[in-house]
Amino acid sequence: MPATESYPDDLRYHAEHDWARIEGDEATLGITWFAQDALGELVHFEPPEIGSAVEQGAPCGEVESVKAVSDVVAPLSGEVLEVNQKAVDEPETVNEDPYGEGWLIRIRLSDPAQADALMDVAAYKAHVAEQ
Amino acid sequence: MEATSLQRTPLFARHVAAGARMVPFAGWEMPVQYQGVIPEHRAVRADCGVFDVSHMGELHVDGPTAEAFLQEVLSNDLGKVGDGGAQYTLLTNERGGIVDDLIVYRFAHGQFMVVVNASNREAAYAWLKEREPRGSEVRDASDEYGLLAVQGPRSLERLGLDEQPAFTHAMGELDGIEVMVARTGYTGEKGVELCCAEDAVAALWDAVVARGAVPCGLGARDTLRLEVCYPLHGNDITPETDAVSAGLGWACALDKEFTGVEALRRMKEEGPARRLVAFVMDEKAVPRQGMPIEGGGEVTSGSHSPMLDQGIGMGYVPTASATPDTELVVDVRGKPKRAHVVKKPIYRKGES
Repeated sequence: MPATESYPDDLRYHAEHDWARIEGDEATLGITWFAQDALGELVHFEPPEIGSAVEQGAPCGEVESVKAVSDVVAPLSGEVLEVNQKAVDEPETVNEDPYGEGWLIRIRLSDPAQADALMDVAAYKAHVAEQ
Repeated sequence: MEATSLQRTPLFARHVAAGARMVPFAGWEMPVQYQGVIPEHRAVRADCGVFDVSHMGELHVDGPTAEAFLQEVLSNDLGKVGDGGAQYTLLTNERGGIVDDLIVYRFAHGQFMVVVNASNREAAYAWLKEREPRGSEVRDASDEYGLLAVQGPRSLERLGLDEQPAFTHAMGELDGIEVMVARTGYTGEKGVELCCAEDAVAALWDAVVARGAVPCGLGARDTLRLEVCYPLHGNDITPETDAVSAGLGWACALDKEFTGVEALRRMKEEGPARRLVAFVMDEKAVPRQGMPIEGGGEVTSGSHSPMLDQGIGMGYVPTASATPDTELVVDVRGKPKRAHVVKKPIYRKGES
């Protein structure tokens, strides 16, 4: 079942509808409820390679529904530590639980101060309301 | 297509109320999905779905010379179609290219209707009108009709209709609404297309939905037709592609005279340089229209198959690569992804 609309207040958000859960010098990344809803049922997640560098604001993988493909935009820069194999094997997990089981990748931050450029939940909700 | 001048079918408000995501398609604002492409697709394979296809074009071709005229411009042998019959056929150009693919319905001697793709309504009408001989009249009646496709193994049962052979049609009544019931469709499932007066289509939609048909959008319509390898005009077949290369030789009566028949006969004799094949991805990837296939091919339709849970597609490849089980490599946004050619259709009932 698709998740109902929600935006957790412990996350930081990028305008391209990606989220980051920052824990020390690492972060878990994913796409927001808004992003998965706009795409529809995901059928494919093309992850970046483990060990590769991702750059804030640049694509770090692709998510694809029956009808459309979309870049996953990295909210922060860093090195890819882990890819969520469940999102690769069962992409619908991202629709069902975009902030939990449906996370996409985990990175080691190269510049933790970049988090200051991300939105908090209130700013992101306002951003979604403008879409 | 100008975004400002999109047309709407009489069902627009119902689509929006049902939660549809509306998208521009061939000059129309149409539902791409309601609850989701995959559940809608599965509803049609397992039970019954309903599609608003009122954007399609209906052209009447009438008159004492209408049959001879249609025999000259359409590829299939209309002589095989009796009153109450229907036939898949192609409107071909002089090079054997495909102006449109369509279904022709015969009501009586000298009374025909052709249902054309929404995107080709003007082109098909103009093509026929320019060639209309004395004793035939071509009339675009698209604005007078609404059209619903009700498709799926339980569709006839849900509509309370008797079993009828495929490619037949008759006038009938559904919950008090006068309809033309045609045993035709674009999903590979048993089903009907219901044509009614434009101002009755909203009541017809309500009646069909009340009988348990699941509203389905263009997204599911595309994945359903692709699984059974029905070509989409504009993608898999165009005025630049011919019926022989597209594997539609079965819809061309090469023993009769029609526009482009010489080119098609030559093509069949010499063998086409490339063929439209169906393929299944062997790696996780979704092929899309326009992606190159290594060795000089191109994807013309691609998507994710809800029944196979794999990427599937159709595309033109050199004839040497067109036999089933041939390995293909599709360039998916710069990444080579393995696929293999399969016999059409990609999906067969009971194989998943």
